[in-house]
Amino acid sequence: MINRTIAPEFRSIEEISLLQPTHRLLDNGIKLYVVDAGEQELVRLEFIFNNVNWDVSRPLQAYATNALIIDGTSTLSSYQISESIDSYGAFIQPEYSFDYSSLTLYTLSKHLDNVLPVVREVLTDAIFPQEELDTLIRTQKQKLTVSLEKNDVITRRVFNHSLFGDSIYGYSIEAEDYDRIDRDQLLDYYKKAYQPENCVIIASGKVDELTISKINRQFGTGWSTSIEFQKNVFSFPQTKGGVFFTEKPDSLQSAIRIGQISVVRSHPDFPALQFLNTVLGGYFGSRLMANIREDKGYTYGIGSAQVSLQNAGYFLIASEVGSDVCSSTLTEIEKEISLLKTTLIPQEELELVRNYMLGSFLGSLENAFSHAEKFKSIFLSNLDYDYYSRYIQVIKSISSDELLQLANKYWNFDGFNKVITGKK
Amino acid sequence: MVKFDRFTLDNGLTVLVHEDPTTPMAVVNILYDVGARDENPSQTGFAHLFEHLMFGGSVNIPSYDEPLQRVGGENNAFTSNDITNYYVTLPAVNLETAFWLESDRMLSLAFSEKSLEVQRNVVCEEFKQRYLNQPYGDVMLMLRPLAYTKHPYMWPTIGKELSHIENANIDDVKAFFKKHYNPNNAIMVVGGAVKTEEVKRLAEKWFSDIPSGDKYHRDLPQEPIQTSARRITHHSDVPVSAIYIAFHVPSKNDQGYYEADLIGDILSRGNSSRLYSNLIKDKKMFTDINASLTGSSDPGLLIIDGKPSDGVSMEDAEAAIWDVLNQLCSEHVPEVELSKVKNKIESTMVFAEMSLLDKAMNLAYFEVLGDADALNKETDRYLKVTAEDIRVRAQSIFRKENSSTLLYLSNS
Repeated sequence: MINRTIAPEFRSIEEISLLQPTHRLLDNGIKLYVVDAGEQELVRLEFIFNNVNWDVSRPLQAYATNALIIDGTSTLSSYQISESIDSYGAFIQPEYSFDYSSLTLYTLSKHLDNVLPVVREVLTDAIFPQEELDTLIRTQKQKLTVSLEKNDVITRRVFNHSLFGDSIYGYSIEAEDYDRIDRDQLLDYYKKAYQPENCVIIASGKVDELTISKINRQFGTGWSTSIEFQKNVFSFPQTKGGVFFTEKPDSLQSAIRIGQISVVRSHPDFPALQFLNTVLGGYFGSRLMANIREDKGYTYGIGSAQVSLQNAGYFLIASEVGSDVCSSTLTEIEKEISLLKTTLIPQEELELVRNYMLGSFLGSLENAFSHAEKFKSIFLSNLDYDYYSRYIQVIKSISSDELLQLANKYWNFDGFNKVITGKK
Repeated sequence: MVKFDRFTLDNGLTVLVHEDPTTPMAVVNILYDVGARDENPSQTGFAHLFEHLMFGGSVNIPSYDEPLQRVGGENNAFTSNDITNYYVTLPAVNLETAFWLESDRMLSLAFSEKSLEVQRNVVCEEFKQRYLNQPYGDVMLMLRPLAYTKHPYMWPTIGKELSHIENANIDDVKAFFKKHYNPNNAIMVVGGAVKTEEVKRLAEKWFSDIPSGDKYHRDLPQEPIQTSARRITHHSDVPVSAIYIAFHVPSKNDQGYYEADLIGDILSRGNSSRLYSNLIKDKKMFTDINASLTGSSDPGLLIIDGKPSDGVSMEDAEAAIWDVLNQLCSEHVPEVELSKVKNKIESTMVFAEMSLLDKAMNLAYFEVLGDADALNKETDRYLKVTAEDIRVRAQSIFRKENSSTLLYLSNS
């Protein structure tokens, strides 16, 4: 009989190998990064454009330009673009985030010759038909009214605004903002932001020399930078310790979001803060989950995160909890923060989190796409692969003393903004 | 093509192995052949609540999560109307830890009262978060019992109501375990940087002494053929009215399922799909419209959901949806359009092969349906569908007497 009470032997993770992309310049100077790996005959091409020229009087300009980029060129209608990509089983996705707008193409390698010319047209010759803009405004305004019924959505908006004011990170979109978009704004933004000088391409999957030459032929020639654009500038209001309560008397649950501006990925403390965050609320076995879900049953889930944007980092704790236990939850969160500032993390928990984080990092390197993601996050923070070496080193070696000091240096519950939507 | 080896232990546990040397990780996926459809109608939501309790410690190991996290592993689980599926990903060098943990909870749970009490609360909060405290969150709580009058698909996995979860007691938990959590009612898939021989050795070592229980024989009430249109109207404090129409479609094992799935794609996959281009772009009658399949083991549903634009009456909106559906019944879908949705399916299958966990889960699910190798034949089942098949299938699905309509009207 085996003794089931004894855990099998295990090994810590020693080796983690990251696949670094090779770097090229297309003929017009666009930077192309290539992660060539995998057995499947497919390619992902991501075109990334920094958001530029933020103007608070037209807060949807960059978003709407991105959303409508696939909705018409001078030779193809929205329907034709979609149909020509779909007929080859390919996928094309515009995506807008705080720092950049992107267009991602997924295709089987055998269809590259058919889909790349369509992508080229989209990136160089989009015309933003008025009719498509009208549809966007009509559908998105209605979606906004629906999402403003969700406590977690309201909480996130209020929280971001409390940290980042009316910058692109903090602005709360209202229905009227949609009415202020016009076609000229989109054309103007398209000309400025979607230029080679503001573009980076990350190619992953099976990307051989032939594919690279196809990419260069479509995107490296006949497309040049001609207009000046400005990087977004940032200044934040720095509200500290504000309480923002939106009452929803009929709510069964209250949404909570607590946190403050913090350091960015390039800061020397960032990897250690990620460790500390993991202990508090970054994994299923975290202190917040163990206490507030697994011991008290107040919530379906609670977590915390150390987030890095290009121009600011922030720390947050978020949950949705039964309305009747909202204030008890806040008390418990404060307790857990204070515990990490006053009491050393026991060795056993420290080792557990170490191994968990290394395993999770290893597991996040599944395929060519995930290696490309790993590259993207350091590239967009102006870092190189030394960052990951340092990250792994910190995870392997950090001590409870250092974590205690870190908690004291960065966490001040009274200084955190506290946003609650629902019932207190 | 997802290759695998298969063997069965004497106690009835089926094990599939998918060797994938391109990763340093391993996946252990265990599917128990029990879902919300196997519940007692007065104790709904139990299979899902039980899934939570599987993390509350087993007979020899007080905590499931901790030892797994300690070796760099992660895990989760989900419950559907058909199955309960648990999965672990961990560095392949520590594979044995997953065998140790999974075999102990298949052997027996700790059945802790404290765990039951806490998880009842957690699941009630989940119920509120996903179904009750969300605009339109309760739609499936109304649409399922409208479409199903006999079959247990009439309730969602979360359960019919909070009280069913609140009333669950430890004897129910023990009985459920005894009935469903037996090796002969489970399928284990091990994938990644593993070798079949090693998996065999570990499976024998950790699982072979678990006694096989009585085989559960599923004998569910079948849903009678629907003979007349059903409809309900619900008023709610949502900002926008919505319409939902559910149609009965064949089960996943039936070729008709693949026809229905392609019909769903023709209707609503991508911006060139029919509902989108017709009703949102051209006629501007909707701001949002989708078609989706429940994709279940027993005959499931194809559901159309839409939100009409401001100023469009529900009557006109509904008629416009039927116009699009009727066209599929009367005219052959053009060859270009059919090959478009087929190509999309084909490439989706290739992309899905990039994820080890997806491969493992799919193998387990097709095995429980009858044969894991059906995963590799799925693309062919889509490709052989003809335009005439689509028309005939559309005619059998899109009939008023096969429809259940929910008008979800805004109070404002």
